[in-house]
Amino acid sequence: MGHHNMKARVFVTLKPSVFDPQGNTIAQALQSLGYGTVADVRQGKYFELDLDVSTAGEAQRLASEVAEKVLANPVIESFRIET
Amino acid sequence: MTTFAIVVFPGSNCDHDAYHAIKHVLGEDARFVWHKETSLSGADAVILPGGFSHGDYLRTGAIARFSPVMAAVTRFAAGGGPVLGICNGFQILLECGLLPGAMLRNRDLKFHCEFVGLRVERTDTPFTALATAGQVLRMPIAHGEGNYYAPPETMAALEDEGRVVFRYATAAGEPTELANPNGALHNVAGICNPARNVVGLMPHPERACEAAVGSTDGLVLFTSVVQELSERGELQAIQAGAAPGARERVAL
Repeated sequence: MGHHNMKARVFVTLKPSVFDPQGNTIAQALQSLGYGTVADVRQGKYFELDLDVSTAGEAQRLASEVAEKVLANPVIESFRIET
Repeated sequence: MTTFAIVVFPGSNCDHDAYHAIKHVLGEDARFVWHKETSLSGADAVILPGGFSHGDYLRTGAIARFSPVMAAVTRFAAGGGPVLGICNGFQILLECGLLPGAMLRNRDLKFHCEFVGLRVERTDTPFTALATAGQVLRMPIAHGEGNYYAPPETMAALEDEGRVVFRYATAAGEPTELANPNGALHNVAGICNPARNVVGLMPHPERACEAAVGSTDGLVLFTSVVQELSERGELQAIQAGAAPGARERVAL
């Protein structure tokens, strides 16, 4: 059953206006390791979806729907999808 | 007798604390309601307890909000029923949209487990009616993600509408940076919805109901709602359509 031949990658990141204490801590750690040119770090989440759909369009639509509804919290996060 | 429904999600761990506070300290009625239930079976008030529902996977409260019981909680809230979200319960209320905003990691990335001062900002909610405005309550917190965030326009609306119910404050009642354990905007520890019947807070009133555990300051949230409900009579059970026979009891 199903095609199971499309993948979608969902990248969820904090909106630029939202403070990212984890990213900050990582940036500080990198700077103290001597990577002074790492000016800032923003931490996000990555999801890989295996989808039982047959076209990139369907994959995009389905991934957007679940990202908006579940994977990202629109109050603080935005997302980007690659299919 | 007031009946509290205490919703139990997989990973809830303050459900028994809430049950104990209500049943054994207050002497009111408490019932556990499993998150797969679709009804609150006639409860007068609802508590979403603390814990780590669904392991806090994805985001705190993000998966619990889709539990079948949340549709019943949403209906109950829409009918004016008092709903209290404590810690993870507050996070669930934020995720499901009954309250605005979101939680970020504590600004120092540490899990804070300590007593805090909590200034009562509003006494016009069912959970603070017996408190005094400006009173400082001492209650424990236990969370890694209590850094309350709301977009500027939302935060401004919360302040304008007097919907910040509790603020982290010093013993003297000053909402200072030092008294803020997690970086929450405007020292927000608890807020309510526009109708004021849904309240969420990060500190644990249910763990501050007996002198033996260090504070009895949390009791006022529960005694307030018991009094509020007895004043309303059974009206709100009728509104929620949850209690067959409630109308007859009112007539008595």
